[in-house]
Amino acid sequence: MIEIDRITRLYDGKPAVDAVSMTVETATITAIVGTSGSGKTTLLRMINRLVEPSSGEVRINGEPTTGLEKHVLRRRIGYAIQGHGLFPHHTVARNIGAVPRLLGWPAEKIRARVDELLDLFSMPPAEFRDRFPAELSGGQQQRVGVARALASRPDLLLMDEPFGALDPIIRTRAQEDLRRIQRALGSTILIVTHDMEEAIQLGDRVAVMDAGRLVQHGTPAEIITRPATAFVAEMVGGVERPLRLLSLFPVSDLIQEGPAEGAAVPDRTSLRDALSTCLWTGRDALPVERDGQRIGRVTLDAIRSRAECHA
Amino acid sequence: MSTRNAPAVSAPGLLFAVLGLAALLAPFMTLAANRIVAGEGVRAWSMAGPEATLPGLAAIAAGLVLGLPAAWPRLRLAGAALGLAGAVWLLVQGSAALLDGAGDYARVSPGAGFWCLLVILALLMADALSNLAPGPLARAGLLAAALLGLATVLGSGALADLSIFQEYASRKDAFRDAAWRHLWLAFGSLAVAAAVGFPLGILCHRRPALREALLPVLSFLQTIPSLAMFGIMIPLLGWVSDTVPGAQAIGIAGIGFAPAFLALVLYSLLPVGANTVAGLETAPPAALEAARGMGMTPRQRLFQVELPLGLPVILAGLRIVLVQNIGLAVIAALIGGGGFGTFVFQGLNQTATDLILLGALPTVALALVSAIAMDILVDLASPTPERHR
Ligand SMILES: Nc1ncnc2c1ncn2[C@@H]1O[C@H](COP(=O)(O)OP(=O)(O)OP(=O)(O)O)[C@@H](O)[C@H]1O
Ligand SMILES: [Mg+2]
Repeated sequence: MIEIDRITRLYDGKPAVDAVSMTVETATITAIVGTSGSGKTTLLRMINRLVEPSSGEVRINGEPTTGLEKHVLRRRIGYAIQGHGLFPHHTVARNIGAVPRLLGWPAEKIRARVDELLDLFSMPPAEFRDRFPAELSGGQQQRVGVARALASRPDLLLMDEPFGALDPIIRTRAQEDLRRIQRALGSTILIVTHDMEEAIQLGDRVAVMDAGRLVQHGTPAEIITRPATAFVAEMVGGVERPLRLLSLFPVSDLIQEGPAEGAAVPDRTSLRDALSTCLWTGRDALPVERDGQRIGRVTLDAIRSRAECHA
Repeated sequence: MSTRNAPAVSAPGLLFAVLGLAALLAPFMTLAANRIVAGEGVRAWSMAGPEATLPGLAAIAAGLVLGLPAAWPRLRLAGAALGLAGAVWLLVQGSAALLDGAGDYARVSPGAGFWCLLVILALLMADALSNLAPGPLARAGLLAAALLGLATVLGSGALADLSIFQEYASRKDAFRDAAWRHLWLAFGSLAVAAAVGFPLGILCHRRPALREALLPVLSFLQTIPSLAMFGIMIPLLGWVSDTVPGAQAIGIAGIGFAPAFLALVLYSLLPVGANTVAGLETAPPAALEAARGMGMTPRQRLFQVELPLGLPVILAGLRIVLVQNIGLAVIAALIGGGGFGTFVFQGLNQTATDLILLGALPTVALALVSAIAMDILVDLASPTPERHR
């Protein structure tokens, strides 16, 4: 558990982060969203003490972060910097293995871990291991930067716009990968993004920052259905709110008996995608299947009322 | 054999061929009655019988022709080597033939034609090499081969009749001493400057305030003309040796090795210090930030990120210093610092050109070899090797 306790950072007397308090539960993803300059990066960097707070403190599992030497603290926290920040003179493998090397892992273990991570990010190790960062595309560089932050399997991961340079397809895949890794390892992740879509998809909790202040901290559904301020409402995006809300729930939530024509959708499909399918194929109901077995249907009416009831 | 967009004949190669043939018309060697009087020029083909001169002339002509095809830099390189071999052959044949019956005090030396050819063939070689763009290891190999060739020619005694070697023969011991002194002055001052300037550069990099204060001072030292600098050292070190107990015992005096060495060190501090600072700054800020974020200590950041990335720039500073000091060490002879400059100034006093050359040629060769060797090191130190996939 990470407790951020009335943390403030002043630059020239003006607060970049202003008395932010927030508790992050272990094994959850918290997405920090906000416009440019709202203090997201500063907040993140105060957790691993790349920036010292002007006042307030951060506690990790009850221990104030000031109790450890900075470099010891940082080695325990994965950090993916905004822009990849790879070492240009080290190969991909050496970049990814940087923290394990600092921690003194044996070479064999580092090599295995590097290959595992490259595989995870769809970059064949044999092809990419020995390349230099300059020999990668922007998106590949960014994935290597994220892999480097994950390398030592830290319990806590800070990621600053890690998927900014990725195209939508790779980006969605990378988000899914991150989600999977996080579930498997039970890591705690704070991820900064200025993309509300990404925050809603990825975050168990979403923290919205505006001009240095934390204006709302809650589940994605809370943020969408009960925005605390006009700014949050604007961030959530007026007209798209029902669609964003639908994207949070799977069709299995609305499953019912009854007939439905045409191709079935898996039960983990989001309501938003089911709605799209209905509109696109001109159907009022879709069959739903789980593990190839038909288990019922989802209707357009049900989806509509689910989006409506929060109006 | 011409490719679509490149001419078949290399333009510089053509220029070198024309200039080279013209240089052959100039006197290839000079013959003088003794070591002081000016010699009389002799053209290459009049030095000896055709059986002796023809092979040399043919080799030079063939070498210049081989320098023409633009598409084959290897051939051009070989041509330059062949031309050089021809020129040396002519020197060997010419000196023997010209001295034959010319009297006990007669001297032969290479003439304007030889020196021009030497320069032209060297340029041809450099041009071919720049087309070939060999990697650092290949360049090291070529340098070693060239040095081996030079050592073989010099060691064989085939050129012993040339007047410069006669000067050498009568000063073997002095030459060896001067060579050692020169190397000590150049490399010793480089080592000291590196030992001082390198940590100083790191400190300046860490503390901008120190850098603001220090770099202008070093830059001022650099602007002092070399003769003035050596001059200032005389009273300065003279005073030290008179007042500081024990200073004389370790060889510190107003004139001699110590002031020369110190002056060279002072000159070197700016290039070493400034290039260290510049080198350390080449690391991208994001990479440094990432290094901090992953928990590298300042020392680890220095040794694992900043230094490896800045090494080429730092080495380039050492290269400047080395070449500069090899040259400046000649002037050090004026305040008794020793080195090859001794011969240069003796030669100037006696108007003995060969003695001047005995000091000047090794200095030039030393500077050239050092520059090439340091360039190779700079390339080897490049943190991301160029790949030819
Ligand atoms: N080192 C610094 N010195 C002075 N001001 C700073 C410094 N770092 C950040 N700031 C200011 O603090 C504010 C918050 O910056 P921060 O980098 O946290 O924004 P951000 O939310 O991450 O923005 P972005 O989405 O553009 O990355 C900005 O107004 C910025 O100008
Ligand atoms: Mg930021």
